[in-house]
Amino acid sequence: MKNPPASAPPPAIDRSPVRWLRQNLFNTWYNGILTLILGGFILQVFVAGLTWIATKARWAVISENLPLLLVGRYPAEQSWRLWLVLLLAIGLPVSIWGGKRRRSPGVGWIYAFCAMIGISWLLGGGFGLVPVENSLWNGLLLTLLAASLSTVLAFPLGVLLALGRQSSLPILRIACTIYIELVRGLPLIGILFMAQFLLPLLLPGDWRLDRLARAIAGLILFNAAYLAETVRGGLQSLPRGQIEAAKVLGLSAPLRLWLIVLPQAIRMVIPAIVGQFISLFKDTSLLALFALAELTGIARSVLAQPDFIGRYAEVYLFIGLIYWIVCFTLSQVSRQLEVRD
Amino acid sequence: MSDRVKAKRLDGSIPVWRSLRFWQSAGQVGAAVGIAIALGVLGDNLLFNLEQIGIRLGFDFLGSQAGFTISDTILPYTPADSYQIALLVGVVNSLRVIGLGLILATAIGITAGMARLSANWLVRTIAQIYVETLRNTPLLLQLFFWYFAVFLALPNAASPLQILGWTLSSRGVTGWGLQMSSEFASLLAGLSLYTGTFIAEIIRGGIQSVPRGQGEAARSLGIKPLPTLWLVVFPQALRAILPPLANQYLNLAKNSSLAVAIGYPDLYAISSTTFNQTGRAVEVMAIVMVAYLVMSLSISLLINIYNRSIQLVER
Repeated sequence: MKNPPASAPPPAIDRSPVRWLRQNLFNTWYNGILTLILGGFILQVFVAGLTWIATKARWAVISENLPLLLVGRYPAEQSWRLWLVLLLAIGLPVSIWGGKRRRSPGVGWIYAFCAMIGISWLLGGGFGLVPVENSLWNGLLLTLLAASLSTVLAFPLGVLLALGRQSSLPILRIACTIYIELVRGLPLIGILFMAQFLLPLLLPGDWRLDRLARAIAGLILFNAAYLAETVRGGLQSLPRGQIEAAKVLGLSAPLRLWLIVLPQAIRMVIPAIVGQFISLFKDTSLLALFALAELTGIARSVLAQPDFIGRYAEVYLFIGLIYWIVCFTLSQVSRQLEVRD
Repeated sequence: MSDRVKAKRLDGSIPVWRSLRFWQSAGQVGAAVGIAIALGVLGDNLLFNLEQIGIRLGFDFLGSQAGFTISDTILPYTPADSYQIALLVGVVNSLRVIGLGLILATAIGITAGMARLSANWLVRTIAQIYVETLRNTPLLLQLFFWYFAVFLALPNAASPLQILGWTLSSRGVTGWGLQMSSEFASLLAGLSLYTGTFIAEIIRGGIQSVPRGQGEAARSLGIKPLPTLWLVVFPQALRAILPPLANQYLNLAKNSSLAVAIGYPDLYAISSTTFNQTGRAVEVMAIVMVAYLVMSLSISLLINIYNRSIQLVER
C-alpha cells in the first residue's frame, strides 16, 4: 500500500477585518461606491431615527397604557389569573413534546385537555371566581386567544376538508373543493363580514352569538380552508407503500387513516402549520375593523385618548414590535422544525 | 370456513355489505343527502330570519340612488347616481390599486431578492432587515402607519415637500404625470412593500434553485455578470418562481380590500357602505364574492398562460 501523496497544508485564511472589508464591501469599484453611498444614507437614517426616539417621541403614551395594550380592560385585581393562564399555556407545548419524548403521549394530551379547561375557567370566571365578560379581554391577550383558538378549532375541520378533497366519492370531493376554493378566493375581510352579518341570518333565530364568537367563527371557517390545503400537501407526499402495507396487514379503512396516514401526514406539515399560525396571528388584526379591541383595535382606542392625539408613530411602532417579536420567534421555530426533519 | 360460504365466493356473488361498490354508492347518497339537508336548513333559516326583519331578496336595490359621496374616483360619479354605478367605481378603484401594486411589488421584490444575494454585505443586510421587518408585522398595521404617521403627517398643501420631481403634502402626492390621494398612496405603498417582501424571498429561492454551474459556464464564456444574471440565470429561475409568485399576486389583490381601513373607496369599502345603507347582506356579499373570484381567476389565468409559454418543451 502506497502512502498518500504528501500535500501542502491548506493556505492560511486571512481573517483580519481589513480583508473582510475588502471581500464583503469593496471587492469591486462599483461595490465600493455602492457601499459608500448606502452607508452614508443608512447613517443619516439611523441618526435621525435615534434622535426622534430620544428627543421628539413622547413615550408616555406607551408607558401609561401598557397594561391596556397587553391585557385590555381585564380587571387589574384579577390579573393573577392571567399569570396562571400564561403558565398553563407555556406548559401546553412542553407537555405534548415531553409526553412524546417519554413514549407516553396520553399523559401529554390529558394535561393539554385539563389545561384548556383551566384556561377557559380562569379567563371567564364563574364557579367561585369573579366572572369577567369577554368584552373586557382586549389587547395582546385577545390577539393571542383569537389566533390560538381559531387554529385549534379549525384544525379538525381542515383535516376533514383535506380528506374530503382526496375522497373517492365525487359528491363529497366536489363539495369540499368548492368550499376550499371559494374561501381561498375571498379576502379575509369578506369572510369576517359574512361571519358578522350573514352568519346570524343563517343560524336559527334563537342562537345568539356575540361579536367575538362570530369573529372567531369567521377566522375558523377561513383558516380551515388554508389548513386543508396544507394537510393535503402532507397526504399527497405520503408514500403509497404505507397505505398498501397497512392494507396487507388487514387494517380497516378508518384504522389505516387514524394509525398510519394522518400521524405521518400531519407530522410532515407541522412547519407549514406553524407558518399558517404566523399569518393567522397577523390576520387577527382585521378584527379591529369589526369593533373588537384586540392589539390593533386597542391601539386605535389609545390613540383616541385626548392626551395622546396624533401619537401614531409611537403607538404603531410599539405594537408593530410586539407583533414582530411573536412572528419572528415563531418563524425561527418553524425553521428549526424544518431542519430537524 | 363452511362449504356453503366457499360456494358463494366461487360463483362470485359476495354479500352486499362486503362489496366496495355498495359502500361507495351508499357513501355518495349519504354525502348528497347530508349536504342537501345542511343547505336546506341554512336556506330555510335565512328566509325565515329575513322575513322577521322584513327584507326581501333581490337585486332591485341596485338601481336606486346611492346618495353617498366617493372621495377618489376616475369615473364621473355624483351621489345622485345609482348603487350599481357606485359599485362600478369601486371595481375600477380596486383594479387601479391592484394593477399599480402588482407592478411596484414585483419591482421591489426583484430588487430586494437580488440584493439578498449580493456580494456586498451592506446591501445584503439592508435587504434582509427590510424583508424580516415588514413580513413579520400585519399589513393592516402597516397601512395605518403609512396613512396616519407618514402621509397625513406630511406638511400641508401650502408648503409641500419636493423630492425628485414629486410633490408631497398631506393632501396627496403628485408627480411624473400621476396624481394620488393620501389614501391611495398609503395603500399602494403598504401593499407593494408588504407583498414585495414575499416576492423577494421567492426570487431569492428561485435564483438559488438554478445550478451554480449555469452561471459559472456563462461567466467562462466571457458574458458579463449582469447579462449572465438576466439572460442565463433568471429565465431558468422563472420556472421555479412563477407558481408561488402567482399566489402572492392573488394575495395582493385580496389584501387590497384593506383599503376600507384607511378610507380609500375600493370595491369592498363601497360594498360595505351599500350594506350599511340597505341592509342587504346576502346580495352585497354575493357581489363582493363574484367580483373577487373573477379578479382572482383572471390573475391565475394570465399567469398560467405565461407559465405555459416558458415551460421547457421536451422533444
